[in-house]
Formats: sequence, C-alpha cells, structure tokens
Amino acid sequence: MQQQVSEGRVLIDSGKNSNDASLMIEAIGVSKIFGSGDSMITALDAVSIGIREGEFFTLLGPSGCGKTTLLRMIAGFEHPSSGAILLDGSDISELPPYKRPVNTVFQSYALFPHLTVAQNIAFGLQMLDRPKAEIAETVDRMLSMVKMEAMKDRLTSQISGGQQQRVALARALAPQPKVLLLDEPLSALDLKLRKEMQIELKRLQHETGITFVFVTHDQEEALTMSDRIAVMSEGHVLQVGSPHDIYERPANRFVAGFIGETNTLTAEVMSSTTDRISLRLGEGLELDAELPSGMTPKERVTLVVRPEHLRLSFGTTGSSLPGTVSNVVYLGTDTHYHVRLDSGDELVARVQNSSASDLQFGIGEAVAVAFEPSTVRVLRD
Amino acid sequence: MAEHARHRPFSVRRIPGFTAIASLCFVLLYAPIITLVIYSFNDGESVALWEGFSWRWYESAWDNIQVQEATVRSLVIATLASGIATVVATMAAIGTTRTGAFPGRLAIYAIINQPLMVPEIVTAVALLIVFAMIKVATGYSGLAYLVAAHAAFCVPFAYLPIRARLEGMDLAYETAAADLYATPWRTFRHVTLPLMAPGIVAGAMLAFVVSLDDVVITEFVKSAGQDTLPTYMLGQLRRAVTPEVNAISTALLAVTVLLVSAFFVLSRQRR
Ligand SMILES: Nc1ncnc2c1ncn2[C@@H]1O[C@H](COP(=O)(O)OP(=O)(O)OP(=O)(O)O)[C@@H](O)[C@H]1O
Ligand SMILES: [Mg+2]
Repeated sequence: MQQQVSEGRVLIDSGKNSNDASLMIEAIGVSKIFGSGDSMITALDAVSIGIREGEFFTLLGPSGCGKTTLLRMIAGFEHPSSGAILLDGSDISELPPYKRPVNTVFQSYALFPHLTVAQNIAFGLQMLDRPKAEIAETVDRMLSMVKMEAMKDRLTSQISGGQQQRVALARALAPQPKVLLLDEPLSALDLKLRKEMQIELKRLQHETGITFVFVTHDQEEALTMSDRIAVMSEGHVLQVGSPHDIYERPANRFVAGFIGETNTLTAEVMSSTTDRISLRLGEGLELDAELPSGMTPKERVTLVVRPEHLRLSFGTTGSSLPGTVSNVVYLGTDTHYHVRLDSGDELVARVQNSSASDLQFGIGEAVAVAFEPSTVRVLRD
Repeated sequence: MAEHARHRPFSVRRIPGFTAIASLCFVLLYAPIITLVIYSFNDGESVALWEGFSWRWYESAWDNIQVQEATVRSLVIATLASGIATVVATMAAIGTTRTGAFPGRLAIYAIINQPLMVPEIVTAVALLIVFAMIKVATGYSGLAYLVAAHAAFCVPFAYLPIRARLEGMDLAYETAAADLYATPWRTFRHVTLPLMAPGIVAGAMLAFVVSLDDVVITEFVKSAGQDTLPTYMLGQLRRAVTPEVNAISTALLAVTVLLVSAFFVLSRQRR
C-alpha cells in the first residue's frame, strides 16, 4: 500500500484489485440509495464493473435504471452509499469533482453562456492554471479537431445544436482527462446529425485514446459504437460484454429482449451433459445446444433465436416447426414474416429480399420454420 | 375567414369600455405628474398660475445651499445603503437558491422580505426608539443611523431580482465548472457571479431608488440637520410652496425614471 498526499487529502493506492492490470475505472459493490424511510429509492444495487483503459464503454438500459447515477458517481457529483470507485487504481470515492481527472459531456451541454466558444474550451485548462501559451495551443488544436475554428469567437448562443455538441466535446477533451463521461450526448440531435456524431465520437475516441464511458438507452447506438456494453436494469448490471456477445449470447430474457428483436421459445430438456443439452421443441424438432456454463437445467428451458437466423420453407419438412404466416412486413432490404406456430407461439423471421433464392410467402400460407442449432441460445432463467 | 373570426380567442380588449377605462387610468396616474413637471418651468411664484416659461426655479434650487446639502446627503445614503443591501441580498439569494432544501428555509425567506410586509411606520418608530437608546449610550449621532436604516429596508428590494435571476439559472453551469477543475470559490467567481450580474445590478438600482425616495423612516431616524432631499421638500411644503419644489421633484423624477428603465432592461435580459 502506497500513500500519496494531495492537497491535504490522502489518496490510498490500493494497488490493482483485479488481475486485469489495464482497468481504468473499477466500481466495487457500489450502491446508491436516495431518500430515506418510505420514499427510499435504490438507484444502484451493489454494482461491480471494470472499465478498461482506452475502451469505448457503454452503459445501456431503460429509463430510470441508474445509468446517470453511476456516471455522476464516477464524475463525483454523487457519492456512493456503499462500495468504492477506483480510478486508475486509486480510490476516488470521496474526492470532489474538481479533483478528479474525469470530464463530462452533459446532455444539455451546459456551455457557459457568458463565454465564447474558445473561452469555453479554455475553461478547464485555466482552472488547472496551465501556462497561457499551452492553453492557446491546446484550444487551437481542439477547435480544429472538432472543426469549429471559424466559430471560435462566437457566443455559444450563436451556434447550432450540433455545433454546441462539438464545443461541449472539445471543452471536455481539452484538459486531456483520463476518462470522458458522456450522458446521452446525442439524444437532442436529429437522426442525420446523430449518425454523423456517432462516427465523429468514434473518431475522437480513436484519435485521443481516452477512455469513453457513454450512456444511452438506444440499443442500436450502443451496438454500433461500443467496444463493450454493460446492460443495466433497475439498479443492476445484468451483463457486460462485447456488442457481439450481448447480441448473440444474451445472459437472460431481459437482455435478449432489450437488445434487438428476438424470439423466445420454451423447450423440453431430454438430456444434458456439463456443456451440451438435448432439447425437444413441440413435436417435430429436436436439437443439441450449448449449455451456459454453471447452469443446471430444469425440465424446461427458454431459448432465444434472432429473427435473421430463422429459415422459412413451404409446407412441412423434416426437422422444423410447422406454422402459418400471420403477417408480412416489407422493410426494403428485408421482409419480416410473423409466423404463428401450431404450438401457439408467435415468431418473427427476417428474410433478406436481395437473396437469389428469394421466396415469397403470403398471409395464411403454411410454412415450416427451421434454424441452425448453433444460432440458438439457452437462457439461464 | 368568418369562421376564423368567430373562433378568435377571448381577449380583454374586446370588453366594452376597455380602452376608455385604460386611458382614464393612465390620465389619472400621469396628469398630476405632468402638471408638476410643467409648473416647474413656471416663471411666476405660483404653483397654479402659469406666467410663462423659465429655468428660474431650477437655477434657484441649484444655488440653494440647503438643497445642495440634502442632495449630497441623499446620494451618499442611497449609495452606501444600496451597496450594503446588495451585498447582503446577494449572499442571501445564494444561500436560499444554491443550497439544497434545509429546514427553516421558508422562515428565512419570510424574514428577508419582512420590510415589505411590516408597515413602514412601525419600523420607523421601532428604529427611532432603538437608535435613541444607542445615541444616549454612545453619543454618536452621525449619518450611520440613516445608512443602517436604509440598508435594512432596501434588502428585500435588492433580494427579489437577484433571487429571480438565480432561480432562472441552471445549476448545470456550476456543475460543469466543478467538472472542469474549478474549486467552489472559482466556480462562484468565474461562473455564478458573471451569470447573475444582471440581477445584482438590477437589485442595486432598485435599492438605490427606494432609498432615494424614502420619507417616513428617514423623517423618524434623522437627527437635526440631516435632511435628505425628500424630507427637505416635506419641510418646505409646511411653509410657502414655490415651484422650486416642482423643479427638485422633476429632477428627482428624471433620475428615478432613468434608473427604473435601466432596471427593466437589465431584468428582462435573458441569456
Ligand atoms: N437526486 C435524486 N433523488 C432521488 N431519486 C433520484 C435522484 N436521482 C435519481 N433518482 C432515482 O434513481 C433512479 C435512477 O435514476 P437515473 O437518473 O440514474 O436513471 P437513468 O438510467 O439515467 O434514466 P434515464 O435514461 O431516464 O436518464 C430513478 O428511479 C430516479 O428516480
Ligand atoms: Mg439519465
């Protein structure tokens, strides 16, 4: 244990709590309780996550799940009710925001209205008492990085929403923080600008190498931008993983349903080993699937399979589920077929329209639904 | 089009007699003041009989030693009192808007605004008694009593516009400053203060005008030879009334109108 005195405060360097030496932020059993008595709200319940240095990490979850609360605790605007937050190995739980090398891009941008664009960007560096020449040089670099050189002397009320967004980014990046926090920074922008800014953000993250912690409730945004995603619900982190992991191997029904469209099916367990499971679906279909590690299956399990992994064919064939097309939704590149299975379950199959073997199914038509066993995911609960 | 007319929203302007009543109100409000202003330029001795245009009463007031002294005294008191009241009000406004809810906040709000609620004559009598006791005890009888009394009743006038400004100001700016390494003091100095400045200036001007105008409390608290402009004029009215009073009033009116207009411009300024 190494102790380090900083402006009257003792920073205890607890060393690396985890084996992963590259963790930039570590939340250890962090809980946050607002209010007391009857009006008590548990915004976060013993959340533990590790965010790696230099990654684009996204907190994803529905409204009220505690994303902002977690972000505000990393920034220092809230303090954990219990647990600790480590930044680069040091416990920062009790440090005030102005002593944390962490900057935030606020949802409302919160640009200072009495300062110009350039003065806004310079603010953090001035508060750090950096030399004038260095400030001027950094501000110019930031201005060109977000392509706002021409607007540097405007007041922030005299630029558009998208431009304000860029200034807010430049202002937060100028002091070169260890971590940049972004709380739904794109939600106020229209779709086109939003897509542009998504690319812009990725570029900035790549150029600066700074760890980004990004909050969104838009699953598509999370999938396209993140290195890793933490899916949250009601104060808990349900799953942390790469977009591919989260999408293809959701840990539970909530994650499966929240990330993209999905189909859920129940299956009877015929036999199982430590890592494989044999299942029967309805009458016609038997398959082997991977068993999530550490799970002991009961008699029935829930399966998820993505719409794009379902294959449709006319009539009934061998290893498939019989059903009837109940609705057809044309989406340009794809068509969604809603199929009511004879067992009563409702499935959605996505079929690409450009495929050479393109088959057209009409409403009311009898079809057979099939899929590769490897595309099926068995859920824990 | 006709359809449109029938569905016009309700407007007080279409109530019969609206224009007439509104005009009458303005006439009643401003006719006396206009008369006062006109007769300040009267060449004669009367405040009722027009005898031609002249600046003589302005010149006479300008040369009057007592008027000069009362004017300087009024300005000194108003400047000091509004200065003190503005500092106090600024601190009070920050304390009641920039901290979380605390028990007794409503009571503090009531106490700050107390001078607006308590009849002025009551405050005047109370101050007279307390200051008399202090005068006996200390022997001091300077302007400080007037300055203190004015500062006290000016506080709510300075407080209200400052508080309004602060309440309309998003806490996000201060949060952003703290995020960008500004200590609480530097956050105040570089963000809160510049953003609330229009409110502070508005509050100070309102306090200044209120102090400049005051008669009741001043009349009770002042020692001999401590007339302010309003109490001097009141004293003059007890003797022969000449258009000199009109001239002083008109000058006072001009200053007040200027300051109050500036107040409205500043308090409407949005960022
Ligand atoms: N200051 C506070 N006082 C009381 N309750 C709070 C406070 N801040 C947040 N909460 C509660 O904590 C829970 C989590 O809120 P939080 O703002 O973190 O959600 P979020 O995931 O950011 O949601 P959104 O997507 O709507 O922004 C909510 O139930 C909210 O009502
Ligand atoms: Mg939020």
